[in-house]
Parts: sequence; C-alpha cells; structure tokens
Amino acid sequence: MIEARTISKSFGDNLVLNNISVKFQKGKTNLIIGQSGSGKTVLMKCLVGLFEIDSGSIFYNDRNFSKMTFRQKKEIRKEIGMLFQGGALFDYMNVEENVGFPLLMFSDMNTQQRKERVDFCLRRVNLEKANNLMPSELSGGMVKRVAIARAISLNPAYLFCDEPNSGLDPQTSNVIDNLISEITKEFDITTVINTHDMNSVVEIGDFIAFIYEGQLWWQGDKTQILKTENKEINDFVFASELTRKLK
Amino acid sequence: MKLISILGKYLLLMRQVFGKPDRVKLFFRQIMLEFVSLGVDSLGIVLIISVFVGAVVAIQTAYNIDSPLIPLSMVGFTTRQSIILEFSPTIISLVLAGKVGSRIASEIGTMRVTGQIDALEIMGINPANYLIQPKIFAAVIINPVLITLSIGFALFGGWIACIFTGAVTSTDYITGLRGWFVPYTITYSLIKTSVFAFIITSVSGYHGYETSGGALEVGSASTKAVVYSSILIIIFNLILTQLLLV
Repeated sequence: MIEARTISKSFGDNLVLNNISVKFQKGKTNLIIGQSGSGKTVLMKCLVGLFEIDSGSIFYNDRNFSKMTFRQKKEIRKEIGMLFQGGALFDYMNVEENVGFPLLMFSDMNTQQRKERVDFCLRRVNLEKANNLMPSELSGGMVKRVAIARAISLNPAYLFCDEPNSGLDPQTSNVIDNLISEITKEFDITTVINTHDMNSVVEIGDFIAFIYEGQLWWQGDKTQILKTENKEINDFVFASELTRKLK
Repeated sequence: MKLISILGKYLLLMRQVFGKPDRVKLFFRQIMLEFVSLGVDSLGIVLIISVFVGAVVAIQTAYNIDSPLIPLSMVGFTTRQSIILEFSPTIISLVLAGKVGSRIASEIGTMRVTGQIDALEIMGINPANYLIQPKIFAAVIINPVLITLSIGFALFGGWIACIFTGAVTSTDYITGLRGWFVPYTITYSLIKTSVFAFIITSVSGYHGYETSGGALEVGSASTKAVVYSSILIIIFNLILTQLLLV
C-alpha cells in the first residue's frame, strides 16, 4: 500500500498540490485523474521521489519514504517499476538490453538466467521475437509494452504508470490497460496510473482519485464515478455531448 | 550571482558523479565503450588536423627564417616546440571540445528531456554517476594517447612538408627535432591534456544533465557545452602554463 498524508508541493508561488491525503491499495489498479495542469503528474513524481514534497508524508507499507535518506530511498526504488509517458527506453540499447538492464544492475543473475527472465517478461507483454529491435524500430504500443516489461523485470511491489495510453489508438490503449490490470492482479502489485483517458477509468479503475486545482476533489471506484453528482467530476468525465447522452 | 549559482550546481553534480559506481564491473564496461566513442572515433579528425597543421607550422617557420646566421635545423626545433607545447595539447583539445563536448551534452540532454534519466533515478541508479563518471575517466585516460599520436603525426606532417617544398633538408629537420630536447615538455603537455579532458567531459556532462525542455534546449545545451569548455580550456591553459613552465 502507498499512502500520501497531507502532502503539499509548490513551485515558487504556485501551489500545485494542496494538502492531499490518499491511499493506494495493494493488488488494485489505482487511477489518478484530472485535467491537464491539475497536478496529477506532480503528485506521481512526488510519490516516486522525483520531486521533494514541501510538507506531509509518503508511506510505502508504513515506511516513511519522505523521511528517508538517499540510500534508504534507493532501496525502496528497487521495489518500484515505472512506465513513463514516452516509454523512456534507453535509445542505445535494444529491447532485450532495455528489459534486462534493471536485472544487470540489481540482481546476481548470470547471463542465461537474465535472458530467461527477459524472455518471460517480453512473453508476458506479448512481445516475443522483438529482443533485437532498437527503440527507434518500435511502434508506440510496442514501446509501452517494452517499458512495462522493463518495469516488471525485477518483480516490483509498486508499479507507476504515467499516462500509459497517450499517443495510442483506442484499441491499443485497451490492450495496454488490460495488460496493466492483469499484471497488477497476477503479481499482486500496488499500481498507480496517471491518466485522463476515460475508457481506462471505466474499464480498470478499481480506485480513482480525482485531482482538481491541486486538491483531492473526489475518490471512489469505476461504478461510483458513473453515478456521482459532483459537478467538477461530471464536467471532466462527461465532457463531450456523446458521453453526457450515454450517461 | 548567476555564475556562483552555476558553479555551486556544477560542484554538487560532481559530488554525485564521483560516488562509488553501483556496479563496478558495468562501470569498466562503460569505460571501454567510452574509449571507443570518445577516443577511437576522434582519431581520424585528430590525425588529419595534426598532419596538416604540422606541415603548415614547418613551412611558416622556414619562411620566416631569412637570416643566414640562423641554422635551418631551427625549423625542426621550432616545429617540435610549437607542436608539443601548444598545438597538440591545446588546439586539439579545443577541437575535441567541439566534437566530444557537443556529443556528450546532446546525448545526456536528450536522455534528460525524454525521461531516460528519470527512469534511471526511479530504478535506484545514480544517473550522474552512471552517465558522466565513465566519460570523465575514459577521456582523462584516452585523450593523452590521442595527443601523443597527434604530436607524432604533426611532426611527421612537418617533415613531409619540408621534403616536398624543399625548404629544409630532411637531415636539418630531423637534427632540429632531436636538438635541445627537454622531456619535461612532454609531461607538461600531457598534464594539460588530462586537465582539458576533465574540463570537456565534466562541463559538457553538466550542461547535458541540467537540460530541461525539448529539442531546442538540447541544441542550446550542446552549444553552451562547447563554448564554456573552450573558454575554460583557454583560461586553464594560461594558469597551467604559469604553474608548470615558469
């Protein structure tokens, strides 16, 4: 479980996160949603320690992440897998090297064991026979799948996904969503997804936190979000004429 | 004030860079790869420039000696001194600041703007240490080798020029090359080269690492890396010459 307790973060005079408290449960796909500029990416970056919070605390299974030293944080980070918006695959490595990189850095596996683990992770994301391709040779969906394979290679306890569907067609988005959801259940991971894709919300949102103007405005699950009367969330989720009619 | 802020950030980055590598075995592999990309890949341009500049220095020296009291062997002597003391360590380092510096800054800058450095950090890796330290070590080791080759090829270029233009005989040129040789000049040259190699890689690494934004900022970081490395090389050239030669 990951818990944020009254965290705030500002950049200069701009208060981006205001007193946010939220719990992300183990074995569930936890979604952070909100408009562009609402602070959801900043929240995710605070959770993983890429930004220092101004006040409050972040706990990983009761371990106070925000009070840890650099070395202690480093140990926690070995339990974290992250899927970045653009994939963030290393340009100079092929698919196999990208997926095997965390294993090379942090495991004592020999070459054969590493190869087997990489093949397993690539099979899990339905990417067999892509081992020798370079990132520039991959499609958008393949990049995301390789990034997921890299994120799960060390058997993480926590998986963070920053806009996993951005730049993908609806069908591929669905594949990626389902893949993340399956992996979360299969490996019992605490998954936190940052998205503004409404399809993801209604498909895989076991827990949804809606961020509005830097505050936690609403939380619930995918069935509750369809019934809520909260104006701001309805304006966001049912922004188009079509979705309003569907509701 | 801005200069102090930049210096502070640079020193903080260097503190991260010189931490213990996460994986020593991988660190040595990285150094080997950097030997190739920073050293071997620069060999062509270094040798071409060295041969031609060596030839020009020899011809210009011969052209300027018009007194019959000055022996023609001075052409070889002057060429050797110019090449060892200044041309190879300083001018070739400036060329490398352009070639290697822009490469390092754009490589690390691109990694920064595409989230690859964040990805390393999330994995629990010290990105500054992983990315910059092998480049610094590799350059500090391989650049003196490049400069030694540059000296040899520049002197060879001077010899070829003397033979083909007939300005000086081969015997006079070689006599000049071998005369009044002080081995310390080579030590001085290699010390300068190592300091310049550190400047090129660390300053370029800093500019790449501090990049934020997009493609435009990567280009800007690359330009800054070359400009600041070149200026620092010129300044440290003066400081080291004063310290080591006077």
